[in-house]
Amino acid sequence: MGKIFKFQQDVDTDQIIASQYLLFPTIDEMKIYTFESLDPEFAKNVKPGDFVVASENFGCGSSREQAPSVLKALGVKAVIAKSFARIFYRNAINIGLPVIICKDLHENVNSGDEMELSMEEGIVKVNGKEYECTKLPAYMQGILDQGGLIASLNKED
Amino acid sequence: MGSTIIEKIVRNNTGKEVKPGDIVTVNVDRVMIHDIFIPFVASKFEEMGFTKLWDPDKVVLIYDHLVPASQVDDTRHFKVGNEFVEKYGMKNIHRADGICHQLMTEAGYVKPGNIVFGTDSHTTTYGCVGAFSSGIGYTEMASILGTGTMWIRVPETIRVNITGKLPKNVMAKDIILKIIGDLGADGATYKALEFAGDTVENMSVASRMSMSNMAIEAGAKCALFTPDEKTAQYCEMELTDRERDLVGDKDAVYCQVLNYKAEDFVPVMACPSNVDNVKPVAALEGKKIDQVFIGSCTNGRLEDLMAAAEVLKDKQIAPFVKLIVTPASRKIYLEAMKNGTIATLAASGAIITHPSCGLCCGRTGGILTDGEVVVATNNRNFLGRMGTSKVEIFLASPKSAAACAVAGKIVVPK
Repeated sequence: MGKIFKFQQDVDTDQIIASQYLLFPTIDEMKIYTFESLDPEFAKNVKPGDFVVASENFGCGSSREQAPSVLKALGVKAVIAKSFARIFYRNAINIGLPVIICKDLHENVNSGDEMELSMEEGIVKVNGKEYECTKLPAYMQGILDQGGLIASLNKED
Repeated sequence: MGSTIIEKIVRNNTGKEVKPGDIVTVNVDRVMIHDIFIPFVASKFEEMGFTKLWDPDKVVLIYDHLVPASQVDDTRHFKVGNEFVEKYGMKNIHRADGICHQLMTEAGYVKPGNIVFGTDSHTTTYGCVGAFSSGIGYTEMASILGTGTMWIRVPETIRVNITGKLPKNVMAKDIILKIIGDLGADGATYKALEFAGDTVENMSVASRMSMSNMAIEAGAKCALFTPDEKTAQYCEMELTDRERDLVGDKDAVYCQVLNYKAEDFVPVMACPSNVDNVKPVAALEGKKIDQVFIGSCTNGRLEDLMAAAEVLKDKQIAPFVKLIVTPASRKIYLEAMKNGTIATLAASGAIITHPSCGLCCGRTGGILTDGEVVVATNNRNFLGRMGTSKVEIFLASPKSAAACAVAGKIVVPK
């Protein structure tokens, strides 16, 4: 079980982690500024195993891989949105952060709700109801299962 | 059944017919890394256990976001970059020549039909010469540096037909902003845009560049123009039949077709704080402004500076306005000096800065504070992009931006 942090549509990568923090040498130094402009308390309140739930086009904007990386570093278990921007989606899978498309979840949940995710079944359970998610293409699920692109490449060797 | 441009590029690269939705591995023709992400690319590359680049000549490193350094920490990125270049025998490095997306085509690194990836979302720009180019993260870049390959999902294509003659005060920027407004910020996500029609055929490569540059603002994976004689001249090459064939076939399958008449376009702006929040300039007239920025990989080319100079000739900008002009490359800077454009801009009161990303990435060159309003020719107006999150950013064409600088408020260019 993890807690939901809910966001709206078109959350851009500047809102996830602003440009001025990208020059910090490590993700750990950046992560405390995650969602600073939308929810300054996010980094303090989020716990490992929690979820980010959003509406359409999550992660639009720049190619910065720091955006999924700070979420993963804070222990976010998965981002579940109605749709994702392309570069964010690829980056998330490559670093091993599950990004899951679920069309019906957003309207029916609130920040603070407790949720359970079953990746294998492609189902989330929250407030006594189940919601079906879109499964990843096998190629991408493979990268994710191995813990991201680095692990996957090392395995190929 | 016919093919779209992107399907042909992927087919030519992989040697097999493809359809949208196929996941294929492509051979990468060129990659671009910029100064912000080089430290991360370098460390991931070594973490992956690679000891050499797949082809050092195909890798280009460009310092642009941090040039010249505005904070002490910025110099670490140059140090890491220089060490990487030295260690892995790279030749293609630009330390102060201009913005990455301008240099990739201007310096001849990208040719029609190429497949190119860059660590920047505006890598879609190279579609202006008929190349499939897209932005990726640093982990994926590190993987390409070692392997020379990348997996992609073949995208569906949205066809955009534009026919007729543009009104005099309308630029390519107004067209692409209007299209983004119509599609929405995610209207082209995972898809290719393909531009056609006599309006785009009559456009310069520079104008096409403004359009392909901004395709990502509708979520697009790439944005393609058919290579023609202008492309050939710009790329300093002769087109072969293979490159001439990079045209959407009549019986190709499109997921969506948009048709526009050039005569219907009017000057527009993207209003705070989403690029798809597009309104006619006429509806915004009278809003007082503090600053104007003309530059970036979207609109820092010679024709953009000349369009601004035409508006500003023998005029003074409003006394309370700061006008910042940033040429997209050293080559453009020199050309604009030679033909008198820089002198006209400076005489009107403009601050001319060194070619770089400058204000567009909000680190240097005119950052703003709470309550200030800027009209800018770059590609993003997200909250906090050019200073504090209480700055209002309006995106416009160079002509509109120049007219606003003179008026001190938002006005339609005449």
